[in-house]
Amino acid sequence: MKRIINYLAIPALLVVFSACKKDNFDPPGTTFKGRITYQGQPIMVEQNQVRFQLWESGWGLYAPIDVQITQEGNFSAVLFNANYKLVIPKNEGPWMLKEAGAAKDTLLVDLKGNQILDIEVVPYYMVRNAQFSQANGRVSATVKIEKIITDANARNIESVSLYINKTTIVGSNGNMQVQRKDSTVNGATDLNNLQLSVAIPSMTPAQNYVFARVGVKIAGVEDRLYSPIQKITF
Amino acid sequence: MKKLITITYIALATSMTGCLKDDAFLNKQPTNLFSEEQMWSDPSLALSLLGNLYNRYWDMESVEDWASMVNLNDAFPSDNGQYGRVTNSEWGYGDWGTWDYGYVRDMNLFIKKCAAATKINEADRNRLGAEARFLRASYYFEMAKRMGGVPLILEPEQYDFSGDPSYLQHPRAKEHEIYDFVISEAEAIKDLVPTNIGEKSRATKGAVLAMQARAALYAGSIAKYGATTPQVALPGLEVSIPGEKANGYYQKALQAAKDLLEGKAGAYALYNKKPDLSENFAALFYDKSNNNEVIFVEDYKLQSGKVHGFTLVNQPRYTAEEQEGGRLNPSLNLVQQFEKLDNTFAPLPTKSGSNYIYYTTPTEIFAGRDARLAGTVILPGTTFKGKGVDIWAGLQLANGTVVTSDLPGGTQKVNNVDVQAVGYDGPINGYQFSAQTGFYVRKYMDPSVGSGQRGVNSEVWFVRYRLGEIYLIAAEAAFELNDKAAAAGYLNTVRARAGLTMPLVAGDVTFDRIVHERRVELAFEGQYLFDMKRWRLAHIVWDGNAISASDLTANLGVATKRNTQPWGLWPYKIHDPGGPNHAKYIFKEVLPNRVTASDRFRLGNYYSFIGDNVINRNPKIVRNPNQ
Repeated sequence: MKRIINYLAIPALLVVFSACKKDNFDPPGTTFKGRITYQGQPIMVEQNQVRFQLWESGWGLYAPIDVQITQEGNFSAVLFNANYKLVIPKNEGPWMLKEAGAAKDTLLVDLKGNQILDIEVVPYYMVRNAQFSQANGRVSATVKIEKIITDANARNIESVSLYINKTTIVGSNGNMQVQRKDSTVNGATDLNNLQLSVAIPSMTPAQNYVFARVGVKIAGVEDRLYSPIQKITF
Repeated sequence: MKKLITITYIALATSMTGCLKDDAFLNKQPTNLFSEEQMWSDPSLALSLLGNLYNRYWDMESVEDWASMVNLNDAFPSDNGQYGRVTNSEWGYGDWGTWDYGYVRDMNLFIKKCAAATKINEADRNRLGAEARFLRASYYFEMAKRMGGVPLILEPEQYDFSGDPSYLQHPRAKEHEIYDFVISEAEAIKDLVPTNIGEKSRATKGAVLAMQARAALYAGSIAKYGATTPQVALPGLEVSIPGEKANGYYQKALQAAKDLLEGKAGAYALYNKKPDLSENFAALFYDKSNNNEVIFVEDYKLQSGKVHGFTLVNQPRYTAEEQEGGRLNPSLNLVQQFEKLDNTFAPLPTKSGSNYIYYTTPTEIFAGRDARLAGTVILPGTTFKGKGVDIWAGLQLANGTVVTSDLPGGTQKVNNVDVQAVGYDGPINGYQFSAQTGFYVRKYMDPSVGSGQRGVNSEVWFVRYRLGEIYLIAAEAAFELNDKAAAAGYLNTVRARAGLTMPLVAGDVTFDRIVHERRVELAFEGQYLFDMKRWRLAHIVWDGNAISASDLTANLGVATKRNTQPWGLWPYKIHDPGGPNHAKYIFKEVLPNRVTASDRFRLGNYYSFIGDNVINRNPKIVRNPNQ
């Protein structure tokens, strides 16, 4: 009996160790990365809430590869070399696509090796000169919000919020903040010198720093526009 | 030798008589299949085909899928495999989607063949055909709710193998065209189906009118409130309905609801058999004999193979008939929405100033509220199947320290004496089947013996349409048409049954009231998500922000109140032998610790994702917005 098992085991092991080689595909190896920018400045959004799509035709199932944009406005994807159509879906991001009129803005990307590409868009606003400070258990922020689109497509600001979080991921979602301060904005608000402040809550485990950023909710636009993130030690 | 000859003869004789003639053999009737001709010559065989179509009806939050009821934070899942539902921060774009054109085709085939089946007498044929049309309209309505406008296919189409399938590719219809189709089908078939209040599981005039009323109401509200979210729209109107159509739809909804309320489809009436109003509200769902409120159901029958385990999986754990139960725990968010008897909203009073309020029984805190509360939720200190539930989270000593145990009914030493430190039904954070919000669900729970056993299960039906909802449809439609007095009348009828006897007057009826009334009356009946979607409130109610303790109890009864995390209300027993408050109860609002995220409803969730495979096969399909 034992001998039979041994005889069976040898070919079985042979099968296991000689596993197929020929039909394995190479993994994708080309890095495609860059930023979403306006005049060279990255546009900050919320982590993994804004994305664009890469379409490659010629395959049985024509389906997009979603590429998420990080909170610093960067993106990075590892892909196969091919001809891609880069599409930012409609209503995605706090910006307008450069070519107005058409429902989708398509950019042709011919990937033949690692490539860095900045995608230029026009945001409704830009958050400038974000300055953070802390005193007496509160974080204060001062920002200038510059209106970029001023023509018929201009949109108002609904509210401006200051978010703080324990980790470097900061945003409007509940798990990206430990405290927030929402402030509605109207015609009388001075957007050149907008001040916000929020109390630092007690945190478990205790830590002596938080990360803060300011988010702008534009009326009729789902995705918020953000300032850079700053670590504040107290 | 002689023997050999004999054998040869026998062999020859056998081989020559063996087979039938070819034509007789090849035309043999199968004994295990019905031919199409046979199916369409007998109404009871045709009905069995229709039974298959009834079985494929699409439901939301059915009694066979308790876990879908926790997605929207009106409940918490007390089940180790389901905590993902409270640790997620958003829903997938594909959630709630459906694209079952195989089902549509089967219904189209049925309708076509039924119309041609002259061997069935005309009355039966008309009824069967009308029932299939009801199911088809129901499914198109379901698709419109989830996907927006979809291709409206009303003929069973056939591919001709020419290599060019483009004639089978149909674009999406406009969203309002689907609703118009549902409404006009209802109008066309309502007199072809029987008017029979005793028939609950097949289409009746009552069911048809109820579907018409609901569909018209949905269309009306999408037309009206869609304007608040201009991004949730497509230029071809596959999604969004023009605002000027709103009033027409509301009028149709009101008319269909009125027809039902005035008895044109039979003498339906609100269920009012039991003197205890909470028991009465619970019985409305489990009482299957002469139930005049229920209009259309998915029915179940014991010992038939068609039973469900809703009671099994949700029975209070301590008194359960199996080693499981207690999964669906309604949240405090829902519980505190039930009004006080004077028609005002108030959080459950846990503190007066900074001191706890002491209650003699754990049920006392819920006294003087809408009777539907105890009819929907098993409250601490109440009973199910005659046995009490034991829900309290720990002992609070005189000095304020809390003593508890991590096992149901576990004991701890207090002053060197062993005392029970937590209820047998919990709540214990992370202990599955314990009441982790402090509540168990009661709606749809079957009080009959054995309903909690795996080998028996429950035959309580799943209610798809009932008269209570029709009153609320009438109220909402009347309110939107600016007839607030009539709206108040409809609301008062439903509220009186819940013990809210102080009538609302016309001035009291606001949009928030309508939203509130539907939420408490129709909790766990699969309406909440679609209501929030059609009012375009979903992205406000589920905005991704956490609910703080102070947010939780503020703004009750306001339609836009945040509902992103399921909170609980935990009773604690005071342990202070000899003290004035010994054995009394205090309550604390608690966020169960398995809840680690808050839900965000993105604009792309309003209409579910249409698969890339669908669009690949039919490039005329346009994508839903914001995805």
